Amino acid sequence: MQAILFYLLATLAVAGGLLMVGLRNPLSCAFSLILSLVSLAALFAMLHAEFVFILQVLVYAGAIMVLVIFTIMLLNLRKEELEEAPVGWMRGIFTAVACATAAFGAIRIFGDIPPGSAELAADFGSMEAVGRSMLTDFIYPFEVISLILLVAIVGVVLLAKKVI
Amino acid sequence: MATSWVDYAIIGGKAIFIWGFALTLLPVLIWFERKGAAFIQDRAGPNRAAVFGIRLAGFIHNIADVVKLLMKEMMIPPMVNRAYFMIAPVIGFTFILTAFAVIPWADRLVIGARDIPMQVADLNAGILYILAITSLNVYGIVLAGWSSNNKFALMGGLRSTAQMISYEIPLGLSLVGIFMVFQSAQLNEIVRGQGDLLFGFLPKWGVFVQPLGALLFIVAAFAETNRNPFDLPEGESEIVAGYHVEYSGMRFALFYMGEYVAIVLSSAMITTLFFGGWQVPYFPTEKLVANADTWLKVMLSVGGVGALAFAALMFKFSHHVRGRFGDLREQEGNILGLMHVVIGGAMLFFFWKTLSMGPMPEWGARTVAAVAQITSFAIKTIFWCWVFIWVRWSLPRFRYDQLMRLGWKQMIPLSFVNIFVTALVLLLVWR
Amino acid sequence: MAPVGLQHFLILSAILFFIGAFGVLFRRNLLVILMSIELMLNAVNLSFLAFARYSVGNVDGHVAAFFVMALAAAEAGIGLAILVMLFRNRATVQADDLTLMRD
Repeated sequence: MQAILFYLLATLAVAGGLLMVGLRNPLSCAFSLILSLVSLAALFAMLHAEFVFILQVLVYAGAIMVLVIFTIMLLNLRKEELEEAPVGWMRGIFTAVACATAAFGAIRIFGDIPPGSAELAADFGSMEAVGRSMLTDFIYPFEVISLILLVAIVGVVLLAKKVI
Repeated sequence: MATSWVDYAIIGGKAIFIWGFALTLLPVLIWFERKGAAFIQDRAGPNRAAVFGIRLAGFIHNIADVVKLLMKEMMIPPMVNRAYFMIAPVIGFTFILTAFAVIPWADRLVIGARDIPMQVADLNAGILYILAITSLNVYGIVLAGWSSNNKFALMGGLRSTAQMISYEIPLGLSLVGIFMVFQSAQLNEIVRGQGDLLFGFLPKWGVFVQPLGALLFIVAAFAETNRNPFDLPEGESEIVAGYHVEYSGMRFALFYMGEYVAIVLSSAMITTLFFGGWQVPYFPTEKLVANADTWLKVMLSVGGVGALAFAALMFKFSHHVRGRFGDLREQEGNILGLMHVVIGGAMLFFFWKTLSMGPMPEWGARTVAAVAQITSFAIKTIFWCWVFIWVRWSLPRFRYDQLMRLGWKQMIPLSFVNIFVTALVLLLVWR
Repeated sequence: MAPVGLQHFLILSAILFFIGAFGVLFRRNLLVILMSIELMLNAVNLSFLAFARYSVGNVDGHVAAFFVMALAAAEAGIGLAILVMLFRNRATVQADDLTLMRD
């Protein structure tokens, strides 16, 4: 049952990714990416990452992609006209799969993956666990991230203004 | 963890229950809207549609609406992107229905060895799931606006999208105070925490411990559902109905129903987070279960007497219109009155039987408690739906720049102040 | 079929990452390049979470995924702002037409 779900979601995610790099209308690319992101969110839920699953839908599919779609509509971008032939489809897919297999093989042969236990903590992946870890072990990156977001907000507002 | 077919059946039953609740409330809300608007504007409201003369005070208009919208031609304007045009109303209606999965309508039901949570999915970060679904709801509107190949629709769609994503921020921030007070993001835990007493006599409802947060959440919920006073993107006199101007027939009906489902969801959220949810005031679950036989008697007697009183009213109405119309309308009061006499009589009969009944079994007591809690939840949700309608017909709408200024420059700083003050109070006073 | 394990998720993550890399390298529409970067970041998130579940056992991977998401939001915002400014000046979002520094 879990395997069926995994293969279905993986197919959706990869299909969304391939459609995104293949389609010519930028809005269709955006919606393919949303399909991919939502399938990935479901995969995150399968990995017992409940908090990250909700964040993925809330932040990525719900806010970042809305921003991208907003920009597409604002700039009124239509289907792009291609003057020359794009890179061959088959070549691209073959390259991607070949590189993926090479990377995976490299990790398996040369990497050092600790085996891990089958037992997980009761609140693994919950909001409390992630919050506790973030505010105790990772407090410094947490503060830096908030600074980065502040700089990003100020930067975006300044960059996009017509009259400063 | 082995899940038998009984578990699946239970989850299916719960899903059917909550979706049935939401979708049954839909025609009731549409009726409320029309009659409520008429009541506020001091007129009679629609009362003409009839089935063999039975008018039900305008309720039949819902059926007339459905028939009209089904029969209308579902026109697709030329040169639109057909895929996006056709999928936009579907997104607008179905996504918001899935958000009902985490709304609890009663406390956990313990029958025998089974502990059944009375919500379809007891997620750990339940509230955030609803925020995520409202974020996804934006796509229905933005697609509808873009694919309609119409400048008004595009402008309405973009404005509505900007409004919805702007008001998601105060919506989320006002919840941080609730997290801090109730120490959990699970909706059932939050409702259960609202059963205690504050200062000894007030129930610890969210609105009493977080008044500013409640106000911010309610205003943001109005903005999220594109509802007056925030309905500039779909105002008829402003932008020719905005993003759904090119839709007709059942597609428009899907948008229309989606908006009302969003109202029901927002009301359910407001009652769950701030007004006690399924809690009966002053009666937490244990007290309800302990006094279950008294509650059963009270519910049956009140229900029976109420039904009989309504029947008396109907008979009086029937007497009042005798001889005026000459068709089946005169019998409407009699028919309704008879129906309610039967219902009231049945309830009073069962009440009389409970007087001579022995002690209740455990599952009976818990079921009575659950029924009382479901009734409480339904009454509160319907009250808040009525508030949505009340506000719509009382306030003028915001201009777009006023709307954005309110969201960004006034509500977000207020929600930060709310978080700060809540944290201070919790740290210093509630140690 | 073997139960779903770490290697399934890692292979999927690698495939998605290289699809994203393909998009960055071979597409010329700047928006699609931006979206391909987002896909790569998501593939990395999947990898982090898979390791957290199957190998490490604590939620450090989830915290890392959280930070990656926050950074992706910041980067998407700034990237889009730059794109909007570029469009205002050059009226194009094709990477081929931005040759000012080249000639």
